[in-house]
Amino acid sequence: MKYAYFPGCVARGNCPELNSATLAIAPLLGLELVELAEAPCCGAGVINSQNPVLADTYNAKTFALAEEQGLNVMTVCSTCIGSLRKSNKRLQGQSAYLEQVNQHLRPSGREYHGNVDVTHLLYVLINDVGLDSLRSMVKRPLQGLRCAPFYGCFILRPSEVMGLDDPEHPTSLERVIEALGGKPIDYWHKTRCCGFPITLENEAASFKMAGAAIGEAKDLGAECMVTPCPLCHMNLDMQQPRIPRHTGRTYNMPVIHLPQLVGLALGLDPKQLGLHKHIMDTSAVVSRVVAH
Amino acid sequence: MADIRFQVHRFNPETDEKPYYQEYQFTPLEGSTVLDCLNYIKWHLDDTLAYRMSCRSAICGSCAMRVNGHAKLVCQTQVKNVVRPDGTVRIDPVGNMPVLKDLIADMHGFWTKMQAVKPYLMPTQPPPSANQEYLQLPEAFRLFEEEATCIMCGACVSDCTSLESDKQFLGPAALAKAYRFSADTRDGRRHERLEELIERGGMWDCVRCNECVQTCPKTVAPMEAILKLRQMALKERLTDSIGARHVTVFTDIVGRRGILDERELPVRSLGFNPVKLLGMAPVALQSVLKGKIRPLEPPHKVKGVEDVQRIHREMEDGS
Repeated sequence: MKYAYFPGCVARGNCPELNSATLAIAPLLGLELVELAEAPCCGAGVINSQNPVLADTYNAKTFALAEEQGLNVMTVCSTCIGSLRKSNKRLQGQSAYLEQVNQHLRPSGREYHGNVDVTHLLYVLINDVGLDSLRSMVKRPLQGLRCAPFYGCFILRPSEVMGLDDPEHPTSLERVIEALGGKPIDYWHKTRCCGFPITLENEAASFKMAGAAIGEAKDLGAECMVTPCPLCHMNLDMQQPRIPRHTGRTYNMPVIHLPQLVGLALGLDPKQLGLHKHIMDTSAVVSRVVAH
Repeated sequence: MADIRFQVHRFNPETDEKPYYQEYQFTPLEGSTVLDCLNYIKWHLDDTLAYRMSCRSAICGSCAMRVNGHAKLVCQTQVKNVVRPDGTVRIDPVGNMPVLKDLIADMHGFWTKMQAVKPYLMPTQPPPSANQEYLQLPEAFRLFEEEATCIMCGACVSDCTSLESDKQFLGPAALAKAYRFSADTRDGRRHERLEELIERGGMWDCVRCNECVQTCPKTVAPMEAILKLRQMALKERLTDSIGARHVTVFTDIVGRRGILDERELPVRSLGFNPVKLLGMAPVALQSVLKGKIRPLEPPHKVKGVEDVQRIHREMEDGS
């Protein structure tokens, strides 16, 4: 198993613990990651609001870098996988458009031929590692830890672009949580938006969305939330102290990155996984699992 | 097909204090749609059930409702595709609208917002000749061909995340309609339309969650229409809003560094806004202490950033 690794801006920025946790679990999973150091930002759907062809060209460069090495791309971000796959679909679908974009790659000696696929660590765990094999690697079962999966929009929708899970009733995160010995919580907000994209523009609406999800998870007895998306993590964890003023409720909900949860179950040191780096205290989760 | 238990949302404002679910159990005929099942309930089991339906061909837009929590036209939804593992199907009215009775939602707010975007042509030029229609070439129609397929069923509004938290938001259907007329070459009021649409509740309040793209039973993809409205607004230099600055600053940072530097984005997007900046200060400080934000680190850059800068330079004008 070898992938071109696209960590994305947030795992290299405000969520460095996501990057270190991913790199820590990879060798245990038999996963070789070749980081695409030259790959630009995926555009996050934001550059598309100004210049969609520019965003597609950045992503074509990323695909060309992976294609040169004969590798597919793996991300650890719901937003990155969605943006990259959307660009890839447009580029693979129309040869005239691919040619238009390639004109901007050729000055640096590159070209994308349309042969790269994009996936996410979540789907690598299911499709490449395999759940049975993952289960056999568990050294420190999660002891029925009640985890509320929170997917992040782009990893599911639109299914025409994603197609890796059911967009309305997904099960991937749940199956991974179960394989690690945790107990997934089923709740409506698990596929909804965390509100992050409009934190600056419309703070009240953004934090109400995040609060609705965290609140429902808490009401159903979740001990933590688990997300494959660092942008969701920013709104659910980093901004959690600012949510109560809009919802009138405090949550104290730890929010765990997917590879951190995997790492915990595989027996890694919680510090190495960066679990002390969150804004919301994760020690209850850690002691619940590690104490055993 | 086996027995299915339908859990149907019931509410009669004249007699019920609050809504409840009523269960109906039967074996639908092979090939039944969810609407066929509702008709069976009404015609054979319980004629008090209220819901809207008409064409049964996904054209009239009457029968949008939530099946297992997500909006669909029930006339084009095969029941065998939505039965849950426990043999149930849950049916609710569309979301984000008040309920009048059972499965019937009040669409008044939907129509008010639709009217607010002036869903009609406002030409400023006279027609090509007296008593003649405004003509349109096929290429010009293609600019909004998909958006023109909207049947105003309200499915996208039902599942819109932004609307759930902000009733002021115009919502996906009205904004897609606004794009349809802003993109029409016969219309003469694009700039004025866009000026209204950049206000609070307009194009910048969409979270881009793709719920509307997923749920639309036609090919409107409202969120994509909203992105096109944003591109139009930025082209027309309507850049004085946090949403617009967020996009232009984001694009600028990536064009210079190849990667987003989150230390730069919020400050520049907010513009001169001491209140908002102060509001963010405690969380920012906590993030510094946790090592999430590292103020002393040199600006983030990708390897070989000159190539990204070249691509950005070549394409800045949007060609």
